[in-house]
Amino acid sequence: MSSQTIKVDYLARVEGEGSLYLKIKDDKVQDVKLRIFEPPRFFESFLRGRKYTEAPDITARICGICPIAYQMSSVHAMEYALGIKVEGQLRELRRLLYCGEWIESHVLHVYMLHAPDFLGYPDAIALAADFPDVVKQALRLKKIGNDIVNLLGGREIHPINVRVGGFYRVPTKAELLKMVENLKWARDAALDMVRFTAKLPFPDFEQDYEFVALRHPDEYPYNEGHLVSNRGLNIDVADYEQHFTEQHMEHSTALHSVINERGSYFVGPLARYSLNFDKLPPSVQEAAREAGLGEVCRNPFKSIIVRSLETLYAVEEALRVIGQYERPEKPYVEAEPRKATGYGCTEAPRGILYHRYSINDQGKIMTAKIVPPTSQNQKTIENDLLHFAEQAIDLPKDKLTWQCEQAIRNYDPCISCSVHYLKLEIERD
Amino acid sequence: MTDSVLCIGIGNEFRRDDGVGVEVARVLKTMKLPHVRVIEQTGEGAALMDAWAGAEKVILVDAVLSGQEPGTIYRINAHEQQVPRDFFSYTTHAFSVAEAVEMARTLGQLPPTLIVYGVEGKAFSEGIGLSPIVEQAVQAVLEKIVGEIYAATPE
Repeated sequence: MSSQTIKVDYLARVEGEGSLYLKIKDDKVQDVKLRIFEPPRFFESFLRGRKYTEAPDITARICGICPIAYQMSSVHAMEYALGIKVEGQLRELRRLLYCGEWIESHVLHVYMLHAPDFLGYPDAIALAADFPDVVKQALRLKKIGNDIVNLLGGREIHPINVRVGGFYRVPTKAELLKMVENLKWARDAALDMVRFTAKLPFPDFEQDYEFVALRHPDEYPYNEGHLVSNRGLNIDVADYEQHFTEQHMEHSTALHSVINERGSYFVGPLARYSLNFDKLPPSVQEAAREAGLGEVCRNPFKSIIVRSLETLYAVEEALRVIGQYERPEKPYVEAEPRKATGYGCTEAPRGILYHRYSINDQGKIMTAKIVPPTSQNQKTIENDLLHFAEQAIDLPKDKLTWQCEQAIRNYDPCISCSVHYLKLEIERD
Repeated sequence: MTDSVLCIGIGNEFRRDDGVGVEVARVLKTMKLPHVRVIEQTGEGAALMDAWAGAEKVILVDAVLSGQEPGTIYRINAHEQQVPRDFFSYTTHAFSVAEAVEMARTLGQLPPTLIVYGVEGKAFSEGIGLSPIVEQAVQAVLEKIVGEIYAATPE
């Protein structure tokens, strides 16, 4: 009979803070609790009484890593409420902006936060000491994502150029063409990223997840589509709350999101990829096959390869958008406020981000609801930990702790959006 | 880039005292000092490294939670000492100020001069507005930064 307690007070390389508790008894995992101390729903209440036009700028402040996702979900929700549709080049520019954010976010997570786990380094600085050229290439690739967000977002931090109906200012073709050379370099760098991550050592661990992602008839999803799953879900974004419920958990002040009648589900790169492989261009599909991935991937550790593939996709998509771009005459679609409720759901780098707003006939926000991807993955992270720790239970304490942290980072949990204080605690008795 | 000094205010104004760096940057901007460029950042490390690339002299300001008296001001010359990893531990970024400085050191990309100012915060919950004691420190840190700038660009 073994009895052991493992406690890690601070879980590094996760965006934000929180805590995880694992109780092991007689070599069985008895209990897993992702303890999350969700801040009061500050932004939801902060938004009440504000003008509908302020939602994109205010919600962009929720997360320094994915402000574009917040802007996109909020403008789509408001446009739903106002009954307008943003199409043509404005829609293309939104895709381009999202490409920038995916590149930035994925490259940061893959190289700075997750790769050190696989290679046995305590952090990216130690990784950089041994692989300076890999890290330099990563930083340059990430910067190309930043440049896109800078150009379209108005500025890199808390972009301010996005508005309900489109943009305040749209770029000229010449401004976009200036990025082409860098993006061509980035395509090779992203291919290197796929090859680099494909060679990492992966634990043999697969789970039968319910993947949930957007699916669009014509494209790999960013802003639009139906919400679908591999267990038959196929709904309009507006019906989200009829199918998903946020539950209060005893061990956490945060809400756990579940899919009604079935429980936990998985959002993010692995879900998008597994539900939309057929929408990737042949070049990215080819890179995936070369990396040894099938059309569906159920090993969450391999999300690091999928993030690299999505980075490659984002670079190619950016080049496509720029290639076909013609500057639209008007930077935005006009709309009059009306009393209505609107729903928006877009693919943040970490998975679907749902927004709902009710506005009055003056355009004032009456209620706001925001469900970030990390809170949707919480229950799945707990399940993974339960099964993974059991499989790895004979490992020495420090190695088990290391691998559990690595398993959490599979989800690139962005706790700054949803939670505070992540601490990892493994208890054996 | 002709500016001889780059000042970067780091933080999140929606997390009370975490916004102190941003507040310092905003006041500094209104002073319109010659040869000084002032920007705001969230504290994401790779973006920070981009922001200071090519700059000669860089001054960073961020909130600190180290257990000292709120309002305490720290000054670190990055070429003389490491930035303690837990110094800016309150930040919600996994790859943040301390990591950016150490990564730049490892890659040989530290700006020729990099001074990091830390202001000990008190309240980091969601909300707007600095604690009075931290508000007072804003003025003090501004004076130090201005002194630092003029030491850098004697005219």
